[in-house]
Order: sequence, then C-alpha cells, then structure tokens
Amino acid sequence: MKGMNINMELYRLTAAELSRMIRNKEVSSTEVTKSVFSRIKAKENEIEAYVTLNEEGALKKAAEVDEKIARGETLSSLAGIPVGIKDNICTKGLRTTCSSKMLSNFVPPYNATVINKLEAADFVCTGKLNMDEFAMGSSTETSFFKKTKNPFDTSRVPGGSSGGSAASVACGEAIVSLGSDTGGSIRQPASFCGVVGMKPTYGSVSRFGLVAFASSLDQIGPFGRCVEDVAMLTSVICGKDPMDTTSVRREYPRFEDHLSTDVKGLRIGIPEVYFGKGVTEEVRQSVMKAAHQYEAMGAVLVPVELPQPDYALAAYYIIACAEASSNLARFDGVKYGYRSPNFTSLEDLYENTRSEGFGEEVKRRIMLGTYVLSSGYYDAYYKKAKFTQNLMQDMFRKAFTQADVILCPTAPDTAFKFGENSDDQVKMYMNDILTVTVNIVGLPAISIPCGFDSKGMPVGCQLIGDKFSEQLLLNTAFAYEKAVGGFDLSRTLA
Amino acid sequence: MIVGLEVHCELNTKTKIYCSCRNSFGAEVNSQCCSVCMGMPGTLPTLNEKVVDYAVKMGYALNCSINPVSKQDRKNYFYPDLPKAYQISQFDIPLCENGHLDILVDGKEKRIGITRIHIEEDAGKLIHDESFAGTLVDFNRCGVPLIEIVSEPDLRSSAEAKAYLDTIREIVIYLGISDGKMQEGSIRCDINVSVHKPGEPFGTRVEMKNVNTFSGAVRAIEYEAARQIEVLENGGTISQETRRWDDLKGCNFLLRSKEDAQDYRYFPEPDLSTIVLDEEHLAELKASIPELPNKKVVRYMQTLSIPEEDARLLVESVEKAAYFEEIIAAGKIVPKDAANWVLGAVSRVINETGKSIAEIGVSAEKMAKLIEMLEKKEISSSAGSTVFEEMLHSDKTPADIVAEKGLAQVSDQDVLQQIVDQVAAANQKSIDDYRGGKTNALGFLVGQCMKASKGKGNPAIMREMLLKILEQN
Repeated sequence: MKGMNINMELYRLTAAELSRMIRNKEVSSTEVTKSVFSRIKAKENEIEAYVTLNEEGALKKAAEVDEKIARGETLSSLAGIPVGIKDNICTKGLRTTCSSKMLSNFVPPYNATVINKLEAADFVCTGKLNMDEFAMGSSTETSFFKKTKNPFDTSRVPGGSSGGSAASVACGEAIVSLGSDTGGSIRQPASFCGVVGMKPTYGSVSRFGLVAFASSLDQIGPFGRCVEDVAMLTSVICGKDPMDTTSVRREYPRFEDHLSTDVKGLRIGIPEVYFGKGVTEEVRQSVMKAAHQYEAMGAVLVPVELPQPDYALAAYYIIACAEASSNLARFDGVKYGYRSPNFTSLEDLYENTRSEGFGEEVKRRIMLGTYVLSSGYYDAYYKKAKFTQNLMQDMFRKAFTQADVILCPTAPDTAFKFGENSDDQVKMYMNDILTVTVNIVGLPAISIPCGFDSKGMPVGCQLIGDKFSEQLLLNTAFAYEKAVGGFDLSRTLA
Repeated sequence: MIVGLEVHCELNTKTKIYCSCRNSFGAEVNSQCCSVCMGMPGTLPTLNEKVVDYAVKMGYALNCSINPVSKQDRKNYFYPDLPKAYQISQFDIPLCENGHLDILVDGKEKRIGITRIHIEEDAGKLIHDESFAGTLVDFNRCGVPLIEIVSEPDLRSSAEAKAYLDTIREIVIYLGISDGKMQEGSIRCDINVSVHKPGEPFGTRVEMKNVNTFSGAVRAIEYEAARQIEVLENGGTISQETRRWDDLKGCNFLLRSKEDAQDYRYFPEPDLSTIVLDEEHLAELKASIPELPNKKVVRYMQTLSIPEEDARLLVESVEKAAYFEEIIAAGKIVPKDAANWVLGAVSRVINETGKSIAEIGVSAEKMAKLIEMLEKKEISSSAGSTVFEEMLHSDKTPADIVAEKGLAQVSDQDVLQQIVDQVAAANQKSIDDYRGGKTNALGFLVGQCMKASKGKGNPAIMREMLLKILEQN
C-alpha cells in the first residue's frame, strides 16, 4: 500500500485492521488520523456528526504514538486509532456540551474514567459527537447545535440519542466511537446507521464523567463497523472504578482474544411479544431471517416469555425522568454553564436560566420527573415503576434458564424522516419500546446489522444476554457477521 | 410546653463525606472543594465509611437500634449554596432509630426519646458583604459530613432543652466524632415548639430554624412559647409553620406557612450502593463506646459523693475526668479531695499555661501520693502546694520533694511548744492586743509560729498551744 490515494482511504478500514497495520509499521497513526480528518472535511457539511472537532489534538497524539512505535514500545491494540466521543462524556480541556445551550461553553477540568482508560491505551480523540440534548431523544433532533444526518439517506435521522456516534462510524468520520445508552441510545442509532453498537451490563463500565441522564440506567458503550472493533473498545473501557461505587469488581477479559463463531447448541430465545405490535413486517422478516441463519449454524430457537414492552416503556419513562429531574437540577446558572442575563431575583435567575438554557424535550422530561416524584404521586408512579422493575428482573431470570441469548429487533422500524415523529411524542417514545427493558434490568445487549428494508435502510437485530455475558453476546454476533460475510457499509463509506 | 429538637452535628472525619477533600474549618474561601463536592457534571459521590462508623457510634451512645441495611436518598431543592440542587441524606431507612438519652435536670434524671439519627452532607455558605453588590458562595463546607439527631417531643421546658443539647455536645466530644464547637457551627439545631393547657391534647407545632447557640435555643423556645400562649389567649389559633429565629433581635418571624411547605421529592440516591453493616463490625463499634458523660456525672454523684457542680465540671472535660479517675484508682484517697485538686490547682495551671494535663507532666500516681500525704497530715496544705509546684518542674516523687525540702509536718509537742514559747516571748504586743479584744491577733501569731517552724509545724497544734497562753492571764 503506497501513495496518497491509498492513504486517503484508510478511514474505510476497521480498527482491528488499522491496529495491525500501525503496529506492523505499514501505516502511521498520523496517516490514519489525516485520512479520517480529510474524510470529515469531505462529509461533515452533509452529515454534521460532530459538535467539536479536535484535529490539532488528534494529530499531536498521533505523532506521539508514531514516536512510541519508532522507539519500539509495546502499545495497546487501540493505540493510534481515531475514536469519536459522544459529547456527554467529559474530556479534560475539550468542550463537553451534551448538545445543550446550557453547557455550550463548558470545558471540564477532569476526564471521564473511560477517557483516562482510552488515554492509557493511546487512543486518538477526533472530537465530540452530536447527540440528543442531554441524551434525551431517539433521533438526535433535540440537539441545540445541529441535526446529524443518516449516512444511508440524509433526509433521515441517524437515530439517537448517540446519533453522532453512529453516523460518524458509518460514514468514516471516525473508526470507532463511544456512546451512551439509557434506554436504547446506542443500539437504536447503531441499527439505524447499519453499524454494531453494544450496551454493556450496568456496572461494567464506570459512569464517572458521563453527564448523568438517569443514573441507574446510563451506561457507556462502543460503536464499530464490525464485532471485533466493538470487542476491542469494550475491553479497554470495562472495569471497576473506585470513583463509581455502582461499578462492579470482577475479571473482564480481553474480549477480542476469545471471539468464536461456534454457536452449535446455543439456545436462542425468541420473545414473541417483541415481534408484535408496532414492528414492521420488513423488520420482522429481516430479524427472523437472522434467527434462521443461527438455526442453520446449529443454534436452537426457543420461545421465551418476556415483560410486555408497553409496561416496560411506562416504567422506563417514569424512572428515567425522575432521575433526570434531579440530575439536571444542578444546571441553575449559579456555578457554570449558561446563565440568563435577565434576572432581578434568585427565583428569576433559576427560572430564566433553565427556561432559556434547556430545549423542549429536556424540559418536558424534567417536568414529568418532577411530577412523578411529588408528594402524593410518588407511590402511584415512581414506587410502582420500581415494583415493575423487580417483576421484569424476575421474568428475565426465568427466561435465561430457558435461553442463553435472546434475539429480537432493535427498533420497530428503520430510520424515519426528519420531523416525522417530532410532533408526536408518544410515537417517538415507541422507538425505544424494544430497547428500554434491557436498561431497566441492567442487562448487556448488542445491535448488529441484519439486512436492509425496501427503502435501502439498515435493519438492526438485537441480542440480549444475561448479566456480564458480553463475551457470549460478542461471539454470537461475530458468528453471524462471519456467516454473512461482514456488514455492508459500501454505500456510506464510498 | 412541648419541645422536640433536630440537632445537626458536623463530624470531624479527616475528609468529606463523598469526596477526598479535607474536612477543615476556617480555610481560605473555596480552597477545600473539588469537582465532586461542587457537583460538576458527570461527577459521582463515593461514601466515606468513617462517616457511617461515627454515626453508628452515636447511635449506640443514644441507645438506638442500628439498621444493618440502610440507604441514602436525595432531598431535592434549589439554593445557591447547594451545588447539585439536591442534598444526599437518608429518608425512610436511617442508620439509627428508636433510642433514648438520659439527661440530668435539677439533680434528677429524665429520659428523652430519640426518633432517629441519619447521615447527610452539609451545604456551602453564602457570603454577603458591604464591599460588593450581590452574593458570593463559599463551597468549602459542601460535603462536610453531618449527623442529624431527631428527638421525640419529650422536652417540657427550655431548661430541659438546654440540658439535652449540653449532653449531646458532651457525648459527641467523648466519642471523638465531633469537636462540638458551636462558634464554628459544628452543632446547630431546629426547634419544634407547641403549647397546650394541662389535660388537653398537644397543640399545633411550629418549627424554628437558624438557632446557632444553646443559649439562643433557650431564648428561642421561651419566646416562641410565650408568642403561642399570647396568640391563644387572644382567641387566635396556631398554624403549622416554619419561623426564623433572629437572636440579635430576640424574636422570630414567619419563614413559610404549611401551604408553602417545600416538597423535597425524596427518592433513593442511584449513584450510591446500599449501606450494609456486618455484625462483627457493629460489635466492634459498640465495644468502642466509653462511659458517657451523662452516666459519669450520676456515678460521681451517687457512688463517689462528689457534689453535682463538681461532677459536671470534671465530666465536662474528657481529660479531667480521665485524670480524676486515674488518681482515685492509684491510691486510697477520698474522691472529693482528688476532685478538688483536679478542679483547683491542676485546672489553674491548665488555664494559665494552655497546656493539656498530659503536657503538665504530673502523673496520676504522683498526684495520688501527694493527696495521701495530705490526708494523713504528713504535710501541711501549704507544703502540699509547694510539692505540687515542684512536681511541675521536675520528675521527682512527692516523697523525695518532701524529704529534700524538709517539708514533713512536725507534730512533736516538745518541739512545737518551744517554738510557740519563743514566738510568744517575742510578740508581747500581739498578746496584749488579743487580750484587749483584737482576736484576729491569733492568726498573726499562728503565722509567726509557722514561719518560725519553716512551714513544717502542725498549725492546729500550735494554735491550741497559743490559745492556752493567751487565755492564761
């Protein structure tokens, strides 16, 4: 591989491929990074995946990595790979906005733990990726700054809330990326943009430095164009963190070293209710085709009973909004972030700052959350939602005695057009109906591409595992990827 | 009058409750805070386990049952000194519940119910100053660990409330969990007061905030009770409300009525795990509780015959009480004599030098020996003072000092008679004065005898001998 033209196309390769090439000195991290930034220059006007670019910092880091390699140092497999970061993950010295006016000028004086881990692995940070404001949304349309487009069809949304993370990876503006998933915010955009996205088990990745939406549900996770890339990134970010008491101490393997395609005898649970109401026929057929692919490879399909998705959705919105109403209370104009210039009293300062600084969707959820926690309503809503959460945990416990992995669609439909759902909140919330249960129960789940619908938009297949079964999920996904000869991103990377 | 108290006490752990910032008072503004205690986006709390231990100790000291599993909750409200806009506290499952505290009022013990003790974080401080317009915030106090101790409405007077507060303060100091310094805001309280006629049910309670001293608490309670009685006697009714005490003006005013009561929207803190205490650890904490001051005072009074005032003075200081107990354990002496020395000469030296008892360097054994010699009249009380002063400056034992300085008291009749005769011969004028009615001349003559004996003569014997001469005529 020689010459400018080849280098210009390095962005099309996977992290796994680039990692081998960088360490074999076939290419430098600087060349890879430059390739990604030239791709960003070519596509960003159209896609608008980034809120903040970090070109100078990225090239400086890439040069450092190249020096280390020249000195013969042994580096991590992620060393020199350009990674995009969702803009709700704090990066020291690099603006972190949560795509909100409220934090439009917030530069954190600290790194999220996942960023420290990535830095220890010598990653190259391309910049901060667009998202729904404070991760509240399913289309990235609620961002204060811009509307990220779906690389498969720019008249359609990339999904959300990690829309920038999914779109950037799909079109080559990043090799891999980090997102966060509170109710489907990694899996649904991965599904919409035809990439792989995994939400790890609650507690396996530190939340320190992730600006909280719903603390008991939030989890940081990876995006990639292949399962191996997602495995590599997961290995780096997992681990107990003393700064996050909800993170779990246990052995986390290097997942990419143990990938296997053997699914013989694997019991794959098919929950009928997750193929029912709201799921389009095309999505149903694509996902069932994937299920039959597994069957052909020696896996066994078994019916399993799971919680009714609409109960899960109701419980999810109550718990998530309740926690959000409290987590977002700190944005009051006193200490950092946006402060309204219009106030004569403390009350005014609070009211005007929050009215002007937050977008409509955020305000809607804060009000919902405040309502369900109010005295007189707490028992009827929050307490009941927590009770439902326990019931759902029991149901999943039972399901995992019958199946090793559960398979269902990631989203009821493929990517929709801009504005199509923004006037109907209930319709918008239905996008999360197949993903939220996983967060409520704290399980890991991965979304992999499983074909296209008649509009040419990618369909996502969701695999759900028991707690801390990431290796099994990755292996199951890997088996499918190998069987179908990889995921087709030829249109978005072209 | 019915009074219930909510006491907030700052714990003296090295670091704050949810971050590793130092927990210290009086540092430069905004120098003791970090991204966690300032509630920066994305930061998370981690519980300082010492805070739990300290609170459990207080629970045991107040005879509470300890919940081996408890949780933390968020109390949501907006205020500029609260950077997260919620306070991490405990709502429905506090660490400690259902205890009691015996207080001493007018020499009698009274039992006060303790509803609960829970842990929480303190807020910052607002700074107003004439040198600038507006308000500034000092976040140093954010995340300072607090325990809140809630009493049952068992107090019946301001005096009982004062005794309750004093006892709580002494106990936290005894346990070493707080410095108990009121002037630094280490202990603050909210007060609930209601009044009712004898035989009638309790009246409506009013809560008072901003009470920062114990004497202020007494004034606030008396003021509020009088206010309520006046309202009722004029045919009015008391409504459930919160009032703010102004200690300078000596009155309170309405802060908010029941209708405006804040809805704190408590819910379980999702960033922290459940607090689980194992039995072994709880047993260790329980075993570490010393004899508490309220019980000590009663024991001193009842079994050591120390007057209440002296018993309180001794117990007030952990160090003095410990020293006192070591002295009476080291020798066969009358406890009251030991108390007099500790509260007298020893306290005087402490006050004058600012040293601790340990730094003075007079061991309890030496002190016991000195008191023994005095009780056996082996030395005079003035010689006793000389020995004590000498012990402050040397390592010698009392016996050595007495021997070295020849301070042993002389009671030999012949030796003393000789001295008395000499003094009488030399002071004929004083003898005449006495015989002429100036009886205080006797004191002078005794003094002269003591001087002549170089302080070693037994003054009582010499006094008798002098009287014999004076009454002879």
